[in-house]
Formats: sequence, C-alpha cells, structure tokens
Amino acid sequence: MADITTGALRRTLNLARPDDVYNAIVDAHRDLSDEQCRAFDARLILLLANHVGDEAVLREALRAARETMEES
Amino acid sequence: MSSYTYRHYEYRKPPELDGARARRPVVIVGAGMAGPTLALALAQRGVPSVILDEDDTVSIGSRSICQAKHSLETWDRFDVASRMVEKGITWEQGELYLHDKPVFRFNLQPEPGHKFPAFVNLQQYYVEEYLFERCLAEPMIEMRFRNKVVGVTPGPDGVTVEVETPDGRYALETDWLVACDGVRSTVRHLMDLPYPGEVFHDRFLISDIRLLSELPKERRFWFYPPFHPTNSVLLHRQADNVLRVDFQLGPDADPEEEKKPENIDRRLRQMFGPEARWEHEWTSVYTFTCRMMERFVHGRVIFAGDAAHVVSPFGARGGNGAIADVDNLAWKLAMVLAKTAPVSLLDSYCSERRAAARENILNSTRSTDFITPKFAASRAFRDATLSLARDFPFARALINSGRLSVPTVQPDSPLDTPDGDIDWLRGPGPGRAILDAPVGRDGSGWLIDRLGPGFTLLTFGDTDVPVGDLPSGVGCIRIAGDGLARQRYDGRPGTTYLIRPDRYVAARWRRFDAATIAVAIRRATGNG
Ligand SMILES: Cc1cc2nc3c(=O)[nH]c(=O)nc-3n(C[C@H](O)[C@H](O)[C@H](O)COP(=O)(O)OP(=O)(O)OC[C@H]3O[C@@H](n4cnc5c(N)ncnc54)[C@H](O)[C@@H]3O)c2cc1C
Repeated sequence: MADITTGALRRTLNLARPDDVYNAIVDAHRDLSDEQCRAFDARLILLLANHVGDEAVLREALRAARETMEES
Repeated sequence: MSSYTYRHYEYRKPPELDGARARRPVVIVGAGMAGPTLALALAQRGVPSVILDEDDTVSIGSRSICQAKHSLETWDRFDVASRMVEKGITWEQGELYLHDKPVFRFNLQPEPGHKFPAFVNLQQYYVEEYLFERCLAEPMIEMRFRNKVVGVTPGPDGVTVEVETPDGRYALETDWLVACDGVRSTVRHLMDLPYPGEVFHDRFLISDIRLLSELPKERRFWFYPPFHPTNSVLLHRQADNVLRVDFQLGPDADPEEEKKPENIDRRLRQMFGPEARWEHEWTSVYTFTCRMMERFVHGRVIFAGDAAHVVSPFGARGGNGAIADVDNLAWKLAMVLAKTAPVSLLDSYCSERRAAARENILNSTRSTDFITPKFAASRAFRDATLSLARDFPFARALINSGRLSVPTVQPDSPLDTPDGDIDWLRGPGPGRAILDAPVGRDGSGWLIDRLGPGFTLLTFGDTDVPVGDLPSGVGCIRIAGDGLARQRYDGRPGTTYLIRPDRYVAARWRRFDAATIAVAIRRATGNG
C-alpha cells in the first residue's frame, strides 16, 4: 500500500540534468497529432503515477497543475 | 423462449374482502428480492408479516445474476443459500480482451476459509423462487399475489393501504409499511416523494442465450472487439448453460433495431464462431439512473431496495444492496415492535443505509465512467489503461468493469462505539462487516453459523468469560487456540468483539468487561 504523507510534493529541482529530461519529454511528442499527444500523455501520467505511488503527492500535483493554469 | 418455467403462485381471495379486519404489525409491498428476504428475517425474530405483490410470479428475465457473499450469508440463515450455490456458478477465471487480443487473465479464486465464495452467478428468478418457497412454508408469512397497492394513507401510528385484487378492493391496516416495490415504487409515487439523481444516456443490450454447443468456461470482457468494434461487450455465465451477453450500444442506438433477433444473432455468430448453436432466453435494452431518496423512513412508511436507491448494474450493487438494506432493517424493526428499542432506532437504518447507497452509487458511477467515458480526456485515460495492461500489471488493477459488491463501510454510525484501544493490527473495526472463518475444534464449522438472530460477543482466549453478567439474549462465542479466526480478528487473549444482528461490528475491546459491553449494547440498540 502507498505511503500517505502530507505536503510532500517537491518544489525544488530534483533532476541532475534538467535540460536533457525536459527535452526528452518534449521530443517524445514530436510528430504526434494533438489526439496522439493526449493518448501518449495519458500513458505517461499513469506510468509515473504508479511509480510515485504516494497519493498525497499526486493529489498535490493535480491541484498544482490545475491552479497554475488558472493563474496564467 | 425461456428455458425457465415461470410458475404462477396461487392467488387467494383476501379475508378482508369477506369482512375480516385485523391490524398487522408489518405489511411489505413487493415480492422481489428485498420483500421476501425481509419477511423471512422478521419471522426469524417472531414478527409476522404480509407481503403484497401485484404479480403472481418471479422476476421476468434474469436481471440480478451476481449474488454476493454477504447476501448469501443473509439467505443462509433461512437455509436457502446452499441451494443457490449448488444451482449457480461460482466463477473462478476470466479474461479481458482489447480489440481481438487477450490482454490478461484474472482469477477470482475465493479466499479459503469462508463458508461462501465472493459471489455466485444465479438468475434472479431462481433466487426469488427459492425465497418464495421458503416464505410459503413459513406460517408467520402471508404472501398475497395479484394484490396491487393503489393507495396509501399514512397516520401517526400506522398506515392504511388500499389494495386491488381480481375480486375487488380492500383496505389493510398496519403499524408499519415497508415499500420494497422496486425502482418505480408505487408507494413513493403515491406519497409524492422525490427521487433525485443522475440519468445516464448510454444504452445497453442484454441478450441472455442458452448455448446448445460448448460453453466458454470463463467470464469475458471485451473492449472494441471485432464483432462490436465501437464499444464493449461483457459475457457472464449463469445456471442452466445460460450466458448473459451485455452489449454497450452507445447513446444513439435504436433499441427496436438492436433488439431484432437477426441483429443479435449476427453479433453472436461472430463471437462464438460458425459451429455454435443457441436459443434466445431474454432480451432487453436498458439505460439506467443513479438515484437516492432523501430519507428512507417517512413516519410509519419505510423504503428499501430499489424503491429507496438505484444504481447502474456494474458491480452488482442493486440486488445485493437491497438485501443489505433489509438485513439492517429487520432486527431494528423487530426491536421497535417488541418495545425493546425506541422508534428512533430506525433513524440509524436511514443514516447507515444512505451512507451505503452513496458508496454503492460512487462505485457504480466510477465503473460506468470507465466503460462509457463522458469526455475526451476520460476516454484517453481509459484507453491508455487498457493498452498498458498487457505489459504493466499495475494497470490491470485500474480497469474498472464493475467492482465486486462487498459490504459497505458504515462510518460514524451513532450505534457504534469507536475503538478505545489503538493497538489493532487487523480485524474489522466498528462499522465494518464481520469476516467469516472456520471455527470449532476440528475447524469444520463456520463462524457465521454460530451467530444467532440477536447480538453476539466474539471472544478470544483460553479462559471462560463471565457471561452471566451480560444482558439476556446476547450470544457468546469463545475462540480458543490459534487459527484463522484469531488471525482475521487480531484476536489476542481477552479480545472481545460485539457483533450486531446484521453481522456488522458495533464495538471491540482488548479486555472483556461486562459493564462496558452493556453500555455498548445500549448504544447499539438506540437505548444509550
Ligand atoms: C438488467 C439488469 C441487471 C441487473 N443485474 C444485477 C446484478 O447482477 N446484481 C445485482 O445485485 N443487481 C442487479 N440488478 C438490479 C436488481 O435486479 C435490483 O436491484 C433488485 O431486483 C432490487 O430488488 P427489490 O426487491 O428492491 O425490487 P424488485 O426486485 O424490482 O421487486 C419489486 C417488486 O414490487 C412489486 N410491485 C411493484 N409495484 C407494486 C404495487 N403497486 N403493488 C404490489 N407490488 C408491487 C413488483 O411486482 C416486484 O415484484 C439488475 C437489474 C437489471 C434491470
């Protein structure tokens, strides 16, 4: 069972090579239509969500993603 | 058409039409799944009842086929459950397909150490037949077929029911009226009570067929199969070589067109191949709603089953929820009638079962949204889950084609005493259904067989407890030694569970203390 901890979403850098990871994500979407991007992202999110495993982190990330959209 | 022979149960002219007048303690409207179960549970507690049904036979069509463990445990008290298990199908394996390829197999092997499996597939008409037979043999139950309720006049301490029969109308007086008259409840309409909820627009086609050639041995679920490329198809086995094939049609389908035998046969032919032979048993096109009444108790009128709440069929929560309702209601109503509990005890029926209905609706809505996604992103996640499932086992757990009906949790019920001790590693806490386990010296008996119609104390350890100090009518089971029961209940010596008549835990302690137990029993019966 997943650990449920509180206020756990990391807000500071956790990647050793941020540019590489960022570009790997973007490049993976190259040549995909919008619909294919959505299908791709759905797979990616599910794979990562299961890997993270921590429901509190995921919920916080969901909130953060939505809130930053409302700000922009 | 159907291989099941519908028996017509005998109508007799009600004595009221010849001038008899006798007030009844309980009148039940509806002989579906809930009504007869309630009557049997009341009879077991010495309460006589009359069941009125407008019809004179059992469920038309197989309808509820998936009978869950908790319902079987309830019916076992009336000795009808073993018959259901014998006649029905205990599923073990299934397979999920995406397009034409198998994605993964699942195994619903029952957990050992329980008298009943997680569920048994048996058509609703058999369930009702066995219940009817049992009710007809019970002197405390009077079943009145072709007795249709057409009027209800609630009073402060009773209800007058207007009933229509082939011989004319009569009035029946009762202390309590329980409406188990299904989703289109006449009683609810007559009392003009709202039934708020959500309507779903997707259409489904149920086709029950009897295969005359070899049967698939497993349950199957297809998303986008070649024989029905736009939607999903679910296959369930039932008794008598009957299969239920459930086709999702989408919101725009034409029911009349889809129901035509040649259209159904075309799909079935693609599913089962050129050699297969079958007969049609029952065909039905349905949409569904999720609704719940705001209150289940209105003075002396009580609502149960589909009359009070209704869910989508995914997850088999309709019929099983109806049985859990009447299991919760029967002991409370019997105590109120015996004046050993105040009328306010019935408020807990409403709060506990409304919480259960909410949980059932949530679960079935989630399944519905998985099977019929309502917006593009929802569909994208659903399809992503399906395509990950073959190689990533975690995704299999996300596939929601209906979650098996398990007893709901009744959190924060005013009847339950919250845990005082905090060292529980396992075991059902207050508000949770008990777990069956083998008991007895050679482990050949079952815990559920040892529970009576009242409250029961389950204690663990090698020394006898001072049962003499307990209120009368409370049963006591002591489990000695080390076994599955002790593990399931975290039953260190001294551990004591207070089990309600509906097989839910009301309280538990690490130490047996008669005075504390008596307080918890008063609370659990509304006398606190
Ligand atoms: C296609 C389909 C598939 C389903 N599959 C499942 C499943 O797999 N598992 C599951 O648990 N549930 C399933 N259900 C739901 C299940 O059938 C119902 O939830 C269940 O029958 C509810 O029981 P009930 O006793 O409340 O109502 P019902 O069984 O509907 O009984 C109501 C009774 O009231 C009587 N009545 C109505 N009006 C009057 C009146 N005015 N006077 C006298 N009598 C009256 C009717 O004749 C009827 O006998 C399914 C339903 C459908 C339609």
